Amino acid sequence: MSEAMLQIDDLTKNFVKKLDVAGKIAQKLGSNVREEVVHAVDGVSFSIEKGGVVGLVGESGCGKSTLGRMIAGILRPTSGRIVYKDVALTEMNPEEAKRAALEIQMIFQDPFASLNPRMRVVDIIGEAPVAHGFCKASEIHEYVSEVMQRVGLDPEYRRRFPHQFSGGQRQRIGIARALAVKPEFLVCDEAIAALDVSIQAQVINLFMDLREDLDLTYLFISHDLSVVEHISDRVVIMYLGRIVEIAETDELFDAPNHPYTEALLNEVPRVDQRGLDYKPVEGEIPSPLDPPSGCHFHPRCPHANERCRAERPVLREIAPKRWSACHLNDGT
Amino acid sequence: MSADTPTLDVRELKTHFFTKAGVARAVDGVSFTVGKGEVVGLVGESGSGKSVTGFSIIGLVDPPGRVVSGEVLYNGQNLLDLSDEGMRKLRGDRIAMIFQDPMMTLNPVLRVDTQMVETIRAHDPSVSKTDALARARDALGQVGIPAPDERLRSYPHQFSGGMRQRVAIAIALLNKPDLIIADEPTTALDVTIQGQILYEAQKLCRETGTSMIWITHDLAVVAGLADKICVMYGGRIVEQGGIDDVLDHPVHPYTRGLLGSVPGHNTRGQRLYQIPGMAPSLLNLPEGCAFQARCPRADSACRVEPEITKPVEGREVRCFHPHLDRNEEVGA
Ligand SMILES: Nc1ncnc2c1ncn2[C@@H]1O[C@H](COP(=O)(O)OP(=O)(O)OP(=O)(O)O)[C@@H](O)[C@H]1O
Ligand SMILES: Nc1ncnc2c1ncn2[C@@H]1O[C@H](COP(=O)(O)OP(=O)(O)OP(=O)(O)O)[C@@H](O)[C@H]1O
Ligand code: SF4
Ligand code: SF4
Ligand SMILES: [Mg+2]
Ligand SMILES: [Mg+2]
Repeated sequence: MSEAMLQIDDLTKNFVKKLDVAGKIAQKLGSNVREEVVHAVDGVSFSIEKGGVVGLVGESGCGKSTLGRMIAGILRPTSGRIVYKDVALTEMNPEEAKRAALEIQMIFQDPFASLNPRMRVVDIIGEAPVAHGFCKASEIHEYVSEVMQRVGLDPEYRRRFPHQFSGGQRQRIGIARALAVKPEFLVCDEAIAALDVSIQAQVINLFMDLREDLDLTYLFISHDLSVVEHISDRVVIMYLGRIVEIAETDELFDAPNHPYTEALLNEVPRVDQRGLDYKPVEGEIPSPLDPPSGCHFHPRCPHANERCRAERPVLREIAPKRWSACHLNDGT
Repeated sequence: MSADTPTLDVRELKTHFFTKAGVARAVDGVSFTVGKGEVVGLVGESGSGKSVTGFSIIGLVDPPGRVVSGEVLYNGQNLLDLSDEGMRKLRGDRIAMIFQDPMMTLNPVLRVDTQMVETIRAHDPSVSKTDALARARDALGQVGIPAPDERLRSYPHQFSGGMRQRVAIAIALLNKPDLIIADEPTTALDVTIQGQILYEAQKLCRETGTSMIWITHDLAVVAGLADKICVMYGGRIVEQGGIDDVLDHPVHPYTRGLLGSVPGHNTRGQRLYQIPGMAPSLLNLPEGCAFQARCPRADSACRVEPEITKPVEGREVRCFHPHLDRNEEVGA
C-alpha cells in the first residue's frame, strides 16, 4: 500500500448514559439499574492512502458517524489512536493541530443541525476562509459565489438563511462550507443522501474532479451501495461497532465474503425491480446497548453455529488486501 | 362520497413564498390523486417543491409562505377550508407526515416515551398510560429499533441519525392513519433496515388501506414500492403516470435526464451523466417551460408555458416535444 495519509489503530468510543435522579435513587435502594454503555465503535483499525477513496458502509447505528467525528477531531476517542500524516492527533502541537483541523473537513449527515440558523449562507460558507486567509473579507461575496456554483447552488441565494432552503440545498451548503477551506481530507457523512439523482451525479462528479485536481483523500460514509460502488477504491463494512470486511471495491461487489456484506448486496434496490413484496429483517436486530455474544451478526446469520455464538471472529487477511471477520474462513 | 372518490385529490395547488427578494413560486399548479391503499411516488429536482407540497396538504406552511389557490380534497372534503383546530385534529391522527428532518417531529428536550405516549393519548385520551407505552414499544420494534425498552427512555440526541428517523416513522405509524406523507423517510437507512420499513409501510397499505405519498429522490425505492409516480420540476408536476410506464418509457426530457443519472453497476469509476446547467432560481424563472435552459429539445415554442397533455394512454406531461419514440435510449 502506498503512503498512509490516515491510520487508525484499535479505535474505540463508548457512550455512557448517566443515570437520572430517579435511577440513582433506585440504585441506592438496591435495584439493579445500571448506567448504560453504548459501544458505538469497538476496536476499529484501518488506513487510507493519500488520494484514496474509502467507502464506509454499515447498518444504521453501527458507529459510522461516530468514527467519522473522531477522525474529524470533533469527538475524543475512548481509546486507540488516529494518526494523520504520521502524527497522532493527540500528540500534535497546537500549530499542527490547527492545521489538521483545517485540512480534515467533515460534511455532516444532518445539515440542519450543523448549520447556524441565524447566519446567512454567505457567512456560513465564507467565515472560515476569511479567518484563515483564503480570501479577503472584502472579496467574500465573490469567493462564496464561486464555491456555491461548484456545488450547484445559485449564488443569488447567498443572503438567505438556512431554513429558506430545501433539504438538498442545505446539504450542498454544508458541502460548500467544507470545500471553501481547501481541505486535503474529506469525511463525507451521507453527504449526498439528501440530493436528487441529477444533483447527486453533479456532486459525485465534483468529488471525483477534486480528487484528480487537488489529490483529495476521502472517507465516504454512505448506505447507498450504488454510490459507494461508483466512487470508492476500497470499501470498509461495519456491523455494530466493528469492521466485518475490507476489500477492494471490485472484489467486494463481485464476491462478498462476509455474510453481512452478502445480505447487504442482496438488498440493493434497483430501478428495474417493480412492485416488490418487501420482507422484514430475519432474525433479531441486535442492540448496541447489549450486543450479542461472539460474532455480533450471529442472530441474523444463516450460517451461524455454536462457535459463532461463543467466540468473536477476528478481522484477518484472507487474501491479499482483503480482510474479513468470519469463522467460515477457518473451515477446510 | 362515492366508492371511487380518491383518498386525496389535490387540484391546481399553488403555494408561494413572499420573500423580500421576490415571490418564490415553490408549488405552482400541482394536481394529482392518491387512491385508497395507493402509493404515489413524488420525485424530482431538489428544491422543486416536493416538501412544500407535503406541507401544504397538511396545513404546515409557515409565513412568508402561503397556499394561494387550489384545493386539497381529503375524502371529498377541502382541507384548505378547515379551521386550524380542525386541521390539528386530523394531523397526526388521520393524516401523518414523516418529515425529511426527523427533528421536526422529535422534541429534543423530551424523552422518546413521553413523546410517543402523548401522541397516542392526544387522539384517544381513554388509552391508559401503560397501554400507550406498550403500543409505543411495539411501534419501535416494527421499525427495527432494538432494545425498545431502553431506547424509550432515551432523548433524541442519543440516537444515531437513522435511528432518529425510524423513531419519527414509528410516531407517524402510531395511530394507523388513512394517509401518510413520507418525506425522504428512508434516506439515512441502510438497505436491510430500509427493507424492514418498506415492509411495514406496505403492510399498512395492504391491510388497512392506508394511502401514501412517498417523497424521495431514490428512484429504486419508488420503483419497488409505488403504484404511480409524479415527477416535479420547478414547482410543477412535469410527468405523471403508472410506475412501469414512466420508468420504462419516460417521455419528458427531465424525467429522462433523471433516469440517466442513476449510478449503478456499469458506471464504476466513470463520470455520471449529468443534466447540463443548474436548477434555476425560483425567484426568476424563465418565461415558459422552467426546464428550457437545460433541455436538449428546447426551441422557441418552449417560451410559453406548456399545458398538461396526454400524449400516451394514462400519462400526463407538460412538454411541447415529448419523447414518443419508444426505442430511444434514456439519458440522451
Ligand atoms: N421559508 C422559505 N422561504 C423562501 N423560500 C423557501 C422557503 N421554504 C422553501 N423555500 C423554497 O421553496 C422551494 C421548494 O422547496 P422544497 O423544500 O419543497 O423542495 P424539495 O423539492 O423538497 O427539495 P429537496 O429534495 O431538496 O428536499 C425551494 O426552492 C426553497 O428554496
Ligand atoms: N451522544 C451520544 N450519546 C449516546 N449514544 C450515542 C451518542 N451518539 C451516538 N450514540 C450511539 O452510538 C451508536 C452509533 O451511532 P452513530 O451515529 O455513529 O451511528 P451511524 O452508523 O452513523 O448510524 P446512521 O447510519 O443511522 O447515521 C448508536 O447506537 C447511537 O445511539
Ligand atoms: S462468524 Fe458465524 S455468525 Fe458471524 S458471520 Fe461468520 S458464520 Fe455468520
Ligand atoms: S417544453 Fe420544451 S424546454 Fe420544456 S421540457 Fe419540453 S422540450 Fe424541453
Ligand atoms: Mg450516521
Ligand atoms: Mg424536501
